[in-house]
Amino acid sequence: MSGRVRKGHVRPLDLRRGRIDTSHGGGGRAMAQLIDELFVAAFDNEFLRQGDDGAVLPAAAAGERLVIATDAHVVSPLFFPGGDIGSLSVHGTVNDVAVMGARPLYLAAAFVLEEGFPLADLQRIVASMAAAARDAGVPVVTGDTKVVEHGKGDGVFITTTGVGALPAGRDISGRRARPGDAVLVSGTIGDHGTAILSQREALGFETEIVSDSAAIHGLVDALLVAVPQVHVLRDPTRGGLATTLNEIAARSGVGITLEEAAVPIASQVQAACEFLGLDPLYVANEGKLVVILPAARAAAALAALRAHPLGCRAAVIGEVTEDPHHFVQIRTEFGGRRLVDWLSGEQLPRIC
Amino acid sequence: MKYVDEFRDGALARKLAAAIHAEVDRDRQYALMAFCGGHTHAVSRYGVTDLLPGNLQIIHGPGCPVCVLPIGRIDMAIRLALEADVTVLSYGDCLRVPASGGLSMQEAKARGADIRMLYSAADALALARRSPGRQVVFFAIGFETTTPPTALVIRQAKALGLDNFSVLCNHVLTPSAISSILESPEVRELGSLALDGFIGPAHVSTVIGTRPYRFFAEEYRKPVVIAGFEPLDVMQAVRMLVRQVNQGRAAVENEFTRAVTEDGNLKAQALVSEVFELRRSFEWRGLGVVPYSALRIRKSFAEFDAEGRFGLDYVRVPDNKACECGAILRGVKKPSECGIFGTACTPDNPMGSCMVSPEGACAAHYKFGRFRDLPVAAA
Repeated sequence: MSGRVRKGHVRPLDLRRGRIDTSHGGGGRAMAQLIDELFVAAFDNEFLRQGDDGAVLPAAAAGERLVIATDAHVVSPLFFPGGDIGSLSVHGTVNDVAVMGARPLYLAAAFVLEEGFPLADLQRIVASMAAAARDAGVPVVTGDTKVVEHGKGDGVFITTTGVGALPAGRDISGRRARPGDAVLVSGTIGDHGTAILSQREALGFETEIVSDSAAIHGLVDALLVAVPQVHVLRDPTRGGLATTLNEIAARSGVGITLEEAAVPIASQVQAACEFLGLDPLYVANEGKLVVILPAARAAAALAALRAHPLGCRAAVIGEVTEDPHHFVQIRTEFGGRRLVDWLSGEQLPRIC
Repeated sequence: MKYVDEFRDGALARKLAAAIHAEVDRDRQYALMAFCGGHTHAVSRYGVTDLLPGNLQIIHGPGCPVCVLPIGRIDMAIRLALEADVTVLSYGDCLRVPASGGLSMQEAKARGADIRMLYSAADALALARRSPGRQVVFFAIGFETTTPPTALVIRQAKALGLDNFSVLCNHVLTPSAISSILESPEVRELGSLALDGFIGPAHVSTVIGTRPYRFFAEEYRKPVVIAGFEPLDVMQAVRMLVRQVNQGRAAVENEFTRAVTEDGNLKAQALVSEVFELRRSFEWRGLGVVPYSALRIRKSFAEFDAEGRFGLDYVRVPDNKACECGAILRGVKKPSECGIFGTACTPDNPMGSCMVSPEGACAAHYKFGRFRDLPVAAA
């Protein structure tokens, strides 16, 4: 039997029928194999190939500052129309870095896997994540994997951390909205949350709505090249446009008034929200941009957004006002006014 | 969106508003009660009051299922889930209503009770079928709109011979609530609640029809106009009520003809009376104990009655002293007249039930209209 000991032989992972077991998080050979055959193979890049506990990265250019952002993803279901937890975990963090006005450079990823999770699904998720990272031009340079017992997780949770470079002199922040500024949104709102909801077991309805999950750093770049005077950029994710605008109003100490007729909403999303009793203003987006800037630059910003494929339905939706109560209000198409308040409680759990 | 946008049309709204302004008598006040939470929501959500004359006031009524549920009934569900270790299911808003001991169903859930939100009565039955050996209790609430689906699942459970499904029934009746308001001392003796007419229920009326409201028009001389839940429906109903008031008439009129008939849904009515019977009395938040105002499960379906199966007793629990939900539900006070509105009591930390559901008068005013309470903002 001695001739059968082959040097360094490990039977390949069974990616068709195999499942995650506790040994995949145990720090032994099974974990090393999972990392090599699944993660490194998919994300392959020079930094990851260093194979150390951390990645050594080149220094930022002179004058640039670093931006770091992190985002945990627990979306349910894991696969949805327009994306999956893998692509979402790249887009979510790339966008958080991008709306700081920074150029996203690198990602780190941590996976919490539940015992019993099919390797085929994990491979699909990782492949989608790698494709999203490649498309965005932002490599996953380091990562970690942990396994929890069956019933202690829900398939896969992914946390990503992004690092980006902020050019000298650029100051984009939720504190900078000023009375008289214009408020723009880069496209239709509520697509992501509605797409997720359409797949939920208890609700399942047939629709062609797909998530807007996308990396928007290209859109941000196109905007800032055309209009560097932007005061605020935000991606209205969980809690939707309404929550994002309330956060900005509070942090900047201003009010915001929206024009209901101007807010772009896809008719299918409007219809789905109608029968689910949801307000699309509070439904999550994963590839949209809120822009606040001096009103005089609104037309130029709108043109720049609309010239980009991710901004073709961009619109000016309102204005920043002086208001000691920091209220966000909307002029309804019906002809009245109302508040667009903070979301109370939780409208939709596990949306991203 | 077809069949919806037509009823939210801004241009039509302005025309209707002009007609209402032209028809109101400037020398008098109009006080119209919108019975349903659905109307309250539409009025607040679309800013309808901005289009109405200043001497016309819309008073929000008790037609919000979550709002009228007394603390003692929610306590029953919480005790059941915590002590009898059963699965309790209810509609989303119900989970957040404050109950005794600083608990709500949601808090009880965080402490380990198996309480879950559902979207329809059918979900409760489906869960019971999926979980043999586990007792599943549907905490059923609502007016006549949600009663037929509850009746249906009880009948299905019986046909299936399910021994792990039961219903904790809190279904209440709209006409009893209207009577209770019209008989209240504020309306009859003190005269502190002026009431010129009712914007009558939309969805409830699709089930019960227009007939049950005749009594209020004839006996109490109060006009009733049944109206849909879209903002133009509300405005049209206001116009019809203004006309009746101006002409000194009191009749039941139907603005919601696209869904409501005189008889209502006879099939649903038959189903409800097959499964349910009148309770001798039931406590409502705000209205107190109202005789023959709610339903209970008939003897022939007794095995599906959670009150009997688990030996549950109702214990009356008074509302928080500072909370004005009672007066607000009777239309006697406005949300902004409650001492804890927007301070101790907010949608994130509700003290009273009216601050919970988006159909509740307080939650609707807080979320959509509280900027109106403020003096014009100084620069």
